[in-house]
Amino acid sequence: MTVEPGTTAPGTAGGDRLSDAVRHEVEAEHEGRPPRAGRPTDAVVGLAVVGLGVAALLGSLALGVGSAAAPGPGTWPFLVSVVLVALGLGLLALTGRTHDAERFTRASVLVLAGLGTMVAFVAVVATIGFEIPSTLLVFVWVRFLGGESWRTSIVTSLATVVAFYVVFVGLLAVPIPHMF
Amino acid sequence: MDPSAVVEGFSVVLEPTNLLFCLVGVVVGMLVGVLPGLGPAATIAILLPITFGLEPVTAIIMLAGIFYGAQYGGTITSVLLRLPGEASSVVTVFDGHALARHGRAGTALGIAAIGSFVGGTVSVVALSLLAPLVAGFALDFGPPEYTALALLGILLVSTVSSGHRLKALVAACAGLLLATVGRDSFTGAARFTFDNLSLADGIDFVPIAMGLFGLGEVLHNLEQRHRAVQAPARVTDVWPSRADLRASSGAIGRGSVIGFLLGVLPGGGATIASLAGYAVEKRRAKEPERFGRGAVEGVAAPETANNAAATSSFIPLLTLGIPANATMAVIFGALLIQGVSPGPQLVTQHPDLFWGVINSMYVGNVLLLIMSIPLVGLFVRIVRVRATILAPITVLITLIGVYTVGNDVFDIVLVIVFGALGYLMKKLGFEPGPLVLAFVLGSLLEDSLRRSLIIFDGDATGFVTRPISGTLLAAFVVVALLPLVRALVARRRSPAAELAQQR
Repeated sequence: MTVEPGTTAPGTAGGDRLSDAVRHEVEAEHEGRPPRAGRPTDAVVGLAVVGLGVAALLGSLALGVGSAAAPGPGTWPFLVSVVLVALGLGLLALTGRTHDAERFTRASVLVLAGLGTMVAFVAVVATIGFEIPSTLLVFVWVRFLGGESWRTSIVTSLATVVAFYVVFVGLLAVPIPHMF
Repeated sequence: MDPSAVVEGFSVVLEPTNLLFCLVGVVVGMLVGVLPGLGPAATIAILLPITFGLEPVTAIIMLAGIFYGAQYGGTITSVLLRLPGEASSVVTVFDGHALARHGRAGTALGIAAIGSFVGGTVSVVALSLLAPLVAGFALDFGPPEYTALALLGILLVSTVSSGHRLKALVAACAGLLLATVGRDSFTGAARFTFDNLSLADGIDFVPIAMGLFGLGEVLHNLEQRHRAVQAPARVTDVWPSRADLRASSGAIGRGSVIGFLLGVLPGGGATIASLAGYAVEKRRAKEPERFGRGAVEGVAAPETANNAAATSSFIPLLTLGIPANATMAVIFGALLIQGVSPGPQLVTQHPDLFWGVINSMYVGNVLLLIMSIPLVGLFVRIVRVRATILAPITVLITLIGVYTVGNDVFDIVLVIVFGALGYLMKKLGFEPGPLVLAFVLGSLLEDSLRRSLIIFDGDATGFVTRPISGTLLAAFVVVALLPLVRALVARRRSPAAELAQQR
């Protein structure tokens, strides 16, 4: 992020106000992020919120809404889900006019991969202990998600797990499943 | 205020363990402030498992240190690298980095450190005087008042969050619904548990906070292309000259007051305080055109204000039991985990905790002032630690940390689920802050509402006729409708009038 001296200085030219200067600075921070999402994303988000609200609404009705004088277990969830449905409809009405969602790009695959390593970790940690899955998780993140060199990746993953072993198993004696 | 309790609080702080954890907290806070990526809320969430083994007062002293320490750290990278580590340091960039370009980085950092110290200290003094009063006032609050207060708190936090208001409110509603999962405390009915035994007692706060704030942020950062960090400006001459001090003394004074006031308001806090502090100085200045080109007041005001606000935002939490922002919501969760429910009784029931935490902020601010200037060089080097290496370590700390809380693999599953949710939320413009805040307030809100309805025998007008809950609900309506009214007025106003307004 190279900014020429003075280009964002607030109040230097007529009209540019503090809020614009701040927005500019925040956008510069977001440089390198995926582009904004379009109308379909907005619509899907709105529908998902309405769907969540309706599901919670049905669930609350099943719990028993009770009455104002004798509130039941479903009263409060019912009220919240009504608001949620209304907010979802509001979002649908604003489709195309909000600008804070990002598009899913090829970089999003990295996120899926990252989540995958965590799912793999939790799937095996109880049976084979934390050492091997932890080493692999750090290695995959540093080497493939982070693009560091093989040497850095191997050293980082081994050093991290050794440090964790010393702290959690050695010093704190936490009952985390471990192999060694 | 009971003077002996205050003195007792100092002896609590000066216990070696508490001093040590205060130091740990402020150092971690500064590091977090320096490193872009993880904010204070995320860091505090990730460190929650560590606090289990600590005394409540020690735990909160450390977490509080992280929070106000982060405000110091954010300054360093704003000034030297034009990278605000924290949202509350964004305005510092304008004049701080301009000063650094003119070879006066040291002056900027020195002024910021002094301003932060003054702002933080003024705010602690005011907190010491005001907090017991507020707590005393709130002792009379019944369920209707708490209903109104919690509703207003959630609305205010959703209103000022950085995303779209509607989306923030959706997040808040989702948090309220998540809080209902588990056994209903009134009837014992299982709600939204889908016959899953692990959900029968409800969802723990720890995996939610760690997942949404911690993993969510790490996953979200994966999509970011990293840019090379430019070489930082050299830091010389850290002590500001007498002329600089004189120029910024007014800004520091006003920044302290603005920061304190905005920090107390729910939804306020450090970011808004820094903006307001800067805006006020610029408006008052005889030559506003100096701002953005290296005016020391432009550094002093926001840095003072954000520290004062970080400190004073403890008031609603410690006196009313209502967290004022996302970070306070996590600290609220930490207190609950320790078996302490924050509220007006805190000052009388746990005076050691109340005064210990408040007084630790005096000590913490002194520690920060002493450390921030000599350690600048070290912190600048830390910025170079690559996110590619920090990210997996953060993930591992989260996965193993959440397990240690209850020795339950299901908690790891939950934290991953909430990590994925946190990523999706950030991606789609929903701030996780309001969700976490609403989640921690959810059961209080529902309990108070149901109790109130029973007290009122189903007559909801009872909320409006009681003076305090009525006032709070009126404020709720105003805050809720204000943006609509503003939009309508803006549509009617002619462009010329709008132009005049701007000048």
